[in-house]
Amino acid sequence: MTLLEVTDLTVSFRTADGVVRAVRGVSFGVEAGRTLGIVGESGSGKTVLTQTLLGLTPGADVSGRAMFEGTDLLALDDHQMRAVRGARISVIFQDPLTSLHPLYRVGWQIVEMIRAHDKSVSKKEATERAVDLLRRVGIPRPEQRVNDYPHQFSGGMRQRAMIAMALSLSPQLIIADEPTTALDATVQAQILDLLLRLQQDFGTALIMITHDLGVVADIADDVMVMYAGRAAEKAPKRDIFYSPHHPYTKGLLESIPSSSAAGGRLRPIPGSPPSLINLPSGCKFHPRCGYVLDRCLTEEPGLRPVSQDGYHSSACWLPLQAAGLSEQAEELRAETVREGRGEAAAEVFDAETAGAEGSVAG
Amino acid sequence: MSTADLDPDPDDVLVRVDNLVKYFPVRSAGLIRRTVGQVQAVDDVSLIIPRGKTLGLVGETGSGKSTLARCVAGLIPVTSGRVTFNGRDITNLSRRAMRPVRREIQMIFQDPYSSLNPRRRVGAIIGDPFTIHKTATGAERKRQVQELMERVGLNPEHYNRFPAEFSGGQRQRIGVARALALRPQLIICDEPVSALDVSIQAQVLNLLTDLQRDYSLSYLFIAHDLEVVRHVSDSVAVMYLGRIGESGPEGAVYGSPRHPYTVALLSAAPAADPDAAASRQRIILTGDVPSPIDPPSGCRFHPRCPKAQPLCAEQEPPLEVKAGDVPTHLTACHFPVEAGESLATATAATPAPGRSEVS
Repeated sequence: MTLLEVTDLTVSFRTADGVVRAVRGVSFGVEAGRTLGIVGESGSGKTVLTQTLLGLTPGADVSGRAMFEGTDLLALDDHQMRAVRGARISVIFQDPLTSLHPLYRVGWQIVEMIRAHDKSVSKKEATERAVDLLRRVGIPRPEQRVNDYPHQFSGGMRQRAMIAMALSLSPQLIIADEPTTALDATVQAQILDLLLRLQQDFGTALIMITHDLGVVADIADDVMVMYAGRAAEKAPKRDIFYSPHHPYTKGLLESIPSSSAAGGRLRPIPGSPPSLINLPSGCKFHPRCGYVLDRCLTEEPGLRPVSQDGYHSSACWLPLQAAGLSEQAEELRAETVREGRGEAAAEVFDAETAGAEGSVAG
Repeated sequence: MSTADLDPDPDDVLVRVDNLVKYFPVRSAGLIRRTVGQVQAVDDVSLIIPRGKTLGLVGETGSGKSTLARCVAGLIPVTSGRVTFNGRDITNLSRRAMRPVRREIQMIFQDPYSSLNPRRRVGAIIGDPFTIHKTATGAERKRQVQELMERVGLNPEHYNRFPAEFSGGQRQRIGVARALALRPQLIICDEPVSALDVSIQAQVLNLLTDLQRDYSLSYLFIAHDLEVVRHVSDSVAVMYLGRIGESGPEGAVYGSPRHPYTVALLSAAPAADPDAAASRQRIILTGDVPSPIDPPSGCRFHPRCPKAQPLCAEQEPPLEVKAGDVPTHLTACHFPVEAGESLATATAATPAPGRSEVS
């Protein structure tokens, strides 16, 4: 069952420097009890996308639809949104230190959250529930720690407290925005483990926003790769990692240092992400793409299915079969480039390789 | 154990650190700020940075890796111990005596946004080392700066731009150019790529590799990303709470880790490979890193260690070669992990107070 269905969401901000086109026509769905990983670099629009769903981008021009349990989230007024946010969809932010109020006890903040949505719960009941939640997320001696201030918690414990708070009203959907980025590796492993376990226990759907493909490989069911405000590729997890179609996805995977490449040279994506105020023409990835064709300069590709079952889709002009890291796929890509690259695209490609190590352009 | 026991040819050693200790006093609040404790940031660390090679330093927040780097660079005085550079003792030199050494040891910092003065032009930032050390002025300085910019992949025509006009990856290149200006022998890289996006990270890592090859640089490379460290390092030291838990050649430490902490750290690092992630046995350590003000007795890792025994709480294990390891592979553990042993099923036999909590 599709819990959240986002259709053609577009978000832009008017600023003094021009219109920032943060999200440009993104569609996706999240099934109940599943995890969608949204991957992208800074400025790809992944955070704006989810914050818009929760009405947290005031002043933005928003269009599109986001159906959640039969209502369009984008059509809700502030009052109606407040009943959804926190109760039915909750958020875990990146930095647990700045998202907890430093002057209130951790327990008080969870109690407030519970009572803000349901006044019929007494303070005593709410406190009991807070203690129980802290226990569930693995805070030792929760009866005592519930009275601690955030600064008395370590980074990992604060993130656990945030998760407890997110769970406090048994939401159908949790949006976790880089929840482990500020944490150390061993603590990150604890938190991911906890999220997975709680998700199984509660049957909650999870949207996991991250720049870390390793995190996605660990806990996502489906993955959406974003670039310059759009979905570049969308697929079940294994397809993204083992038969990527979009050159950006492929580039991301290849630029990660891994044991297999130890000592050798890495293959970075040349250049840097574009400015959202001044986007390139055609496919937004073309100035960095190793397979740039003539049509990429003028026509922006939409998402289209590249697998038989239709679950794997990619926004790239390369032929549908050109997915994966195999030699045949690479051969097919090379062939397409031979046919589809005229003078214009060749010029773009030469500029890229001239600055192949990156950033001579500026 | 001191590094003397595994001495390579002294000519190959650029930096030697012997029994380095760095404590920071903790003072009470109020008017009379009595010292009420010590943050034991680095406690008895010995290591070697070979000439033209990279030593990777891994560890979590608070493990003391940045403090160690600052001691090596002579940026902060050490409490005790010795730092030798090119065979010369440079521990706690006076500012004047340190100045020529500083030309040889440069740093690249983590955050390319806060490590460049936003109100100065890039040419001036990269040219500073020439001015400070009076090696080049005027047109000659500009020529050298532009050469450096070109070398690190920046457009030399951007000499007069401000840092804000560059992206994160380009700013980190500015930092690299500045570090490179005086042709140092050692560059200390403190999390040089962790603030960068994945696709840009690889560009900067490749640049660092090229520079090392061309100028026979040595790196002390600090990062929390194990795969990044593995990629650039010849040898690796794993730090935990101010001590080295394990050190050795990259292949040995990653291939057959002996310290339970190293094993856990390696298993915790997320790999961008779903099948590997699914089949891997993850060792989830309980709790957080304890406070370095009051580190645990004995082995500092024992409260979180899945293999801890009563001995671990009583006696500090020495950093030494374990049976079957290459002589440069050192481990500080009473019960090192054997090949094929699974830590996921290990049970600690010590009644660790507060095993899964911190205060």
